[in-house]
Amino acid sequence: MPQQDLVNADCIVIQGSNMAECHPVGFQWVMEAKARGAKVIHIDPRFTRTSALADLYVPIRAGTDIAFLGGVINYILSNELDFREYVLAYTNAATILNEDFRDTEDLDGLFSGYSPKQRAYDPTSWRYQGRQQAASTEDATSEGMAIHRQTAAGLEQESHGPPVPALTERDETLQHPRCVYQILKRHFSRYTPEIVEQICGVPKKLFLEVCEAWTRNSGRDRTTALVYSVGWTQHTVGVQYIRAGAIIQLLLGNVGRPGGGVLALRGHASIQGSTDIPTLFNLLPGYLPMPHHAKHPTLEQWIGDIHQPGQKGFWANARAYAVSLLKAYWGEAATADNDYCYDYLPRLTGDHGTYRQVLNMIDGKIKGYFLLGQNPAVGSAHGKAQRLGMANLDWLVVRDLYLIESATFWKDGPEVATGEIVPTECRTEVFFLPAASHVEKEGTFTQTQRLLQWREKAVDPPGDCRSELWFFYHLGRIIKAKLAGSTLPRDRAILDLTWDYPTHGPHDEPSAEAVLKEINGYEVATGRPVPGFTELADDGSTACGCWIYSGVYADGVNQAARRKPRHEQDPVASEWGWAWPANRRLLYNRASADPAGRPWSDRKAYIWWDEEAGQWTGYDVPDFERTKPPDYRPPADAAGVEALAGDDAFIMQGDGKGWLYAPTGLVDGPLPTHYEPAESPVPNPLYGQHTNPTRMIYDRPDNQLNPAESEVFPYVFSAGRLTEHHTGGGMSRTVAYLSELQPEMFIEVSPQLAAERGLTHLGWAHVVTARAVVEGRVLITERLRPLRVEGRIIHQIWLPYHWGSQGLTTGDSANDLFGITLDPNVLIQESKVGTCDIRPGRRPTGPALLEYLADYRRRAGLDGASGPNGASRSSGRRRSGGRTDPGKPGRAAGTRRRGKNAGAEGE
Amino acid sequence: MNASGTGDQGRGTRGTRRETQDQGTRPDRRGEGTRRERRDAVVVPEAEFRSYYGRPIIKAPVWRYDIPAYLFTGGLAAGSALVAAGGDLTGRPALRRAGRLTTLAALSASTYFLINDLGRPERFHHMLRVAKPTSPMSVGSWILAAFGATAGPAAVSELAPLLPRRGPLGLVRRLAPSAGRVAGIGAAMIAPALATYTGVLLADTAVPSWHEAYPELPFIFAGSALASAAGAGLIAAPVEQTSPLRRLALAGAAIELAGAHSVETRLGLLSEPYTTGRAGRLLRAGRTLTALGVAGALLGRRSRVVSALSGAALLTASALTRFGIFAGGVRSAEDPKYTVGPQRNRLTGRENGRERR
Amino acid sequence: MGEQSPASAGYQQPPPRMGFFTDTSVCIGCKACEVACKEWNQVPDDGLNLLGMSFDNTGGLSANTWRHVAFIEQPRNGDTGSGMRWLMSSDVCKHCTRAACLDVCPTGALFRTEFGTVVVQEDICNGCGYCIPACPYGVIDQRRGDGRAWKCTLCYDRLKADLTPACAKACPTASIQYGPLEELRERAQARLEQLHEAGETSARLYGHDPDDGVGGAGAFFLLLDEPEVYGLPPDPVVTTRDLPAMWRRAGLAALTMAAAAVVAFLGRRP
Repeated sequence: MPQQDLVNADCIVIQGSNMAECHPVGFQWVMEAKARGAKVIHIDPRFTRTSALADLYVPIRAGTDIAFLGGVINYILSNELDFREYVLAYTNAATILNEDFRDTEDLDGLFSGYSPKQRAYDPTSWRYQGRQQAASTEDATSEGMAIHRQTAAGLEQESHGPPVPALTERDETLQHPRCVYQILKRHFSRYTPEIVEQICGVPKKLFLEVCEAWTRNSGRDRTTALVYSVGWTQHTVGVQYIRAGAIIQLLLGNVGRPGGGVLALRGHASIQGSTDIPTLFNLLPGYLPMPHHAKHPTLEQWIGDIHQPGQKGFWANARAYAVSLLKAYWGEAATADNDYCYDYLPRLTGDHGTYRQVLNMIDGKIKGYFLLGQNPAVGSAHGKAQRLGMANLDWLVVRDLYLIESATFWKDGPEVATGEIVPTECRTEVFFLPAASHVEKEGTFTQTQRLLQWREKAVDPPGDCRSELWFFYHLGRIIKAKLAGSTLPRDRAILDLTWDYPTHGPHDEPSAEAVLKEINGYEVATGRPVPGFTELADDGSTACGCWIYSGVYADGVNQAARRKPRHEQDPVASEWGWAWPANRRLLYNRASADPAGRPWSDRKAYIWWDEEAGQWTGYDVPDFERTKPPDYRPPADAAGVEALAGDDAFIMQGDGKGWLYAPTGLVDGPLPTHYEPAESPVPNPLYGQHTNPTRMIYDRPDNQLNPAESEVFPYVFSAGRLTEHHTGGGMSRTVAYLSELQPEMFIEVSPQLAAERGLTHLGWAHVVTARAVVEGRVLITERLRPLRVEGRIIHQIWLPYHWGSQGLTTGDSANDLFGITLDPNVLIQESKVGTCDIRPGRRPTGPALLEYLADYRRRAGLDGASGPNGASRSSGRRRSGGRTDPGKPGRAAGTRRRGKNAGAEGE
Repeated sequence: MNASGTGDQGRGTRGTRRETQDQGTRPDRRGEGTRRERRDAVVVPEAEFRSYYGRPIIKAPVWRYDIPAYLFTGGLAAGSALVAAGGDLTGRPALRRAGRLTTLAALSASTYFLINDLGRPERFHHMLRVAKPTSPMSVGSWILAAFGATAGPAAVSELAPLLPRRGPLGLVRRLAPSAGRVAGIGAAMIAPALATYTGVLLADTAVPSWHEAYPELPFIFAGSALASAAGAGLIAAPVEQTSPLRRLALAGAAIELAGAHSVETRLGLLSEPYTTGRAGRLLRAGRTLTALGVAGALLGRRSRVVSALSGAALLTASALTRFGIFAGGVRSAEDPKYTVGPQRNRLTGRENGRERR
Repeated sequence: MGEQSPASAGYQQPPPRMGFFTDTSVCIGCKACEVACKEWNQVPDDGLNLLGMSFDNTGGLSANTWRHVAFIEQPRNGDTGSGMRWLMSSDVCKHCTRAACLDVCPTGALFRTEFGTVVVQEDICNGCGYCIPACPYGVIDQRRGDGRAWKCTLCYDRLKADLTPACAKACPTASIQYGPLEELRERAQARLEQLHEAGETSARLYGHDPDDGVGGAGAFFLLLDEPEVYGLPPDPVVTTRDLPAMWRRAGLAALTMAAAAVVAFLGRRP
């Protein structure tokens, strides 16, 4: 949903996000909603600038949001507060599952189909019951799901439905024991307010206040919006957090409605664009998956995997999108005879995620690295691994505005002080190329609400600074020149690339507008821009750089550059910039009208069916075929778009419904389940399965996790942002006006924790984990509160993650504290919660620091040493005896391997 | 920055409070509208007050030692002009000469101090761009200018005997005494304004202990000016001509001490900066030396040495008094309680008054 | 005493008086105002000092900080779930109707603009420092290394070009509102009533009253606690209000001084 749509909300729940801090300009819409009477609720481990403006603040233990949200789901279902008509019409609540499905209630925290060897699920038993089964794909085995995890295939499913049958068996009374509604109810039946209090540390009364506000403000007349950000995504169960939020919003009928839905706040100004036109290893533009060497040897197999026969939805036209993309890449060389140069596309062989890459660098498997506008030495988890990896390359190219820590780690990083990196012996040759800032080049930003906004260039970049476009264009040009005349087949992929962008100016800057036109797509024969993705063809007559952006240059007009002031148009403001797809501002807005096409209420009217005109109309571009009437029912053999009924509001899903239950597509289960974070101070009171059984693990000596319930690391810590600084600090700690606002690295602790550890306000303290020690000045504040969790007091600590060794203000990097363990669906690191110790005073320096850390690890039972309970441990395991992870309940920890790299672990 | 300890979780700022008595405030950890209790037993305890981390509300003057030094030298110049004119009109040439030369020296020093204290000394002449009655500093600049224009020639006229008797310069030599008398009387008429406007200068600020003391400050400065001028004369002139100085010293001391006593007792909380700490020490020392100086002046009528010592005591006392008043004001600016307390009381009083009506 | 309105400052047909209304109840503490002001006015930074005053690391208004965001953490007991209140407020020069700094400036460097604001002419200021202790809010200050007095100009150059001051422009939640003072006062009154009706009884306006000690401020506020909690004086009065009385006392003292001198010299000649 667009940020300004928040003004239409009657209640706004902000969780896993510090919106006022990190999206201060967007937060004005929350303030506007508040001014109109909306209730704002903020749920966060600490009281932040967002909490200060919220009507209700709820403190929560970091890493327990699924328990909280599960409690809300339980509240809704137990009290029958779901928006029944919406749920029946637009979700898969009534769909019946096949009889082999087993829930976590049956298997003590696991779903049916788990393979301990693969640490992955076979999802066959999760399927719907139905006459048409999805064609079996290799994903439908645990080996297949292991590959799915490696390749972060969950990302591909982001905007399209994984394979499901189009017609499903349903029970409209929602009584069938295997209908999704009942499964959901049972799955969350133990997520009571008492359990929420026990796990999350949230007092019952407060929890119920949230439930009441959320349900009271949902329904025909009222909507509640849910806002989240990286406080939800950066967890080993991050995707399931979001699923839980989506389930609530679907049950309450908030999705696709004004002032409702789920708003994902992304982290940078254009990071939405960086997944749309991706800088991710496993995606091609428009969320087409990168082909896998074993699964997709041919074009047909690849396209067949994107869209299953018999499925509904717009992915049916995947062939058109894919072929148009290939035509954009290879132009005339791409013909039907050679499958449009499909063989030129690189193939995945496994996990090429950024963390895998860094570990491979440490192991000497990667020779070179381009680092563009990214500062992993500060921003990524496990900073030491990042820096040691980069220190083991042949060459490293860094393009940034300043000499960031990732360019200077070899001479002033923490490993230099400890002796782990010796500057004169570091083998990496670092090339630093200065980059142009965003005002020194033109192009588009795609920000958090899928809005493309064209930016003009305001000034010339100084000196040698150049734009990314210039860099890559000329790099490609020079490489092509060097390869000219080669007869090697492997060089054809580069030689045949279309690379003919017009350039201008003294530095031969390529035209960004030309690139945008190519992204929009055009008819190959005439060069005419296509008006949208529905006009893309699968026979090579169109080329398109990114099908979801198709339309941004419709009619030859740069739609992203439109700037009609908001005073001159309605609040949806469709003529400011351009949103994908097709300038739809609110996705799934078909759901804002009832099955008959009437708005659920006048107050919440958004789009509706105009019988006379024979089309959908309203305040926004309908996210539905404009002329398909609400009473349309497809013929039995229909497929693709044609198979979408007039009330299939969720047009990208294979069954056209919003998924309360996800039968396929996710590695870790069809329903969100409370698992403790990989590093946790307490047991999981709900299940024997302590943590996410499928989370991505890199089990190696340089990546050990703190053992669960360790007395050596008894506190919970989190890291986050400050308004005054920007990510790795390269653009803020180099500016005096920003640096003076937050001039030093600090650590927030509660007064109680300060008393317990002898910390003084503005004195020094250092935080210790198995990986690193980070020091900072102490800020004692009551905005952090100890929580009562499972009968104990749990203290939480918070650090800003912006600091590094360069700039006007320098300090230790908080993200060094985290290890590498990832969500299995999208390979995002768990960097929002960990366990630690904190001690007063500055940390040791030099080799003494390594000894200090080694001592901590020894005492915690890592590095092969005995732990406090006498049992040998490896990373991330629970103590032996009692319930353990993973596998069947009751098995002892001793069956886990220690310290070896094993293929089954996803490496 | 001193950080207060963590012992007191609630509004605890007691530790900080003790530190602030003498050294000015230190911001303390939490600004929840930190409540402080005054624990000084010297005056009636005020109600609790709140502040923003104990930071000052107004800004203390950025003036350095130059300004209190100027208060002293300016007062000395003014008093000496009166002494010089008095000596001139009552046939005491030694007094006249001593007075006029002291005036010139003190005036020169004053000018130096004032220019030296400017942030942009090279722009000192900007003081004469405007004449603003709402600005005591503007008024004072003009007073000083006028005073210089009269006291200068008066002092210069003392050099007449150095001129030749004949020729045009001889004419100047003959005219000098009358011209000097006229100029000297002019200076003497401006002198009281010069000595007292500085009281308005300090009072016309937001500095609590200065502003509230506006009724007294001109008197204190006037008295101090007289006493210091008497003291200078007692050093410079032979005892035969100094009897008016002894009366002058007594009068000046009386006026000054009356004013000081009022300031130290009438102002409630705002008297505290003058009675405690560094300012308190300076003012007490000044008072003591004033008393000694007057005693010596009265009793040492015939002794040049005692007279001179008394004169030195009076001069020192005057300087100490100026520095003490200055320090007291600065102190009252630095601690927010002196701004918040009386204003809060005033507000409460107004509200009560409104309710009663 | 002192110029009170642009008309009385001698302007012919001046535009309406412009000012700020800062509604601190919607401030999110982002400090965009501090940065925008510094960028536009090329104000130097105020030093890198971790002050430990919650998130306030610039301390207060000064020669190098013309917009300053205050942070006050107020733990509260009771069962409003939050258990905590965090006040945030952007402070600025008040551009008083009766401005003490303006009254006491001896060089005429400080003057009243046609918009009713108070501005320092930096080519005239000689750094005498008198305005600094005169301000009842502790706003104006001397810049180290430069010698002159500096403070918020209410973006006089932007006003002349019919633009909004930088801080108001940058504020994302419209906590800082810029406009004709009359209109702002009405808006503020409405906002106050709205808050009181919603149960926020601690809300109050500060500096809005033309009958207060400075004749009302050109930049006034909506606060959620007493002024001193934010570092503001509870009952500021322009020092010039007492100036006539001060001159009278000085006159009396001068006469006393003259009389004392006369009496001392009466009597026998030597």
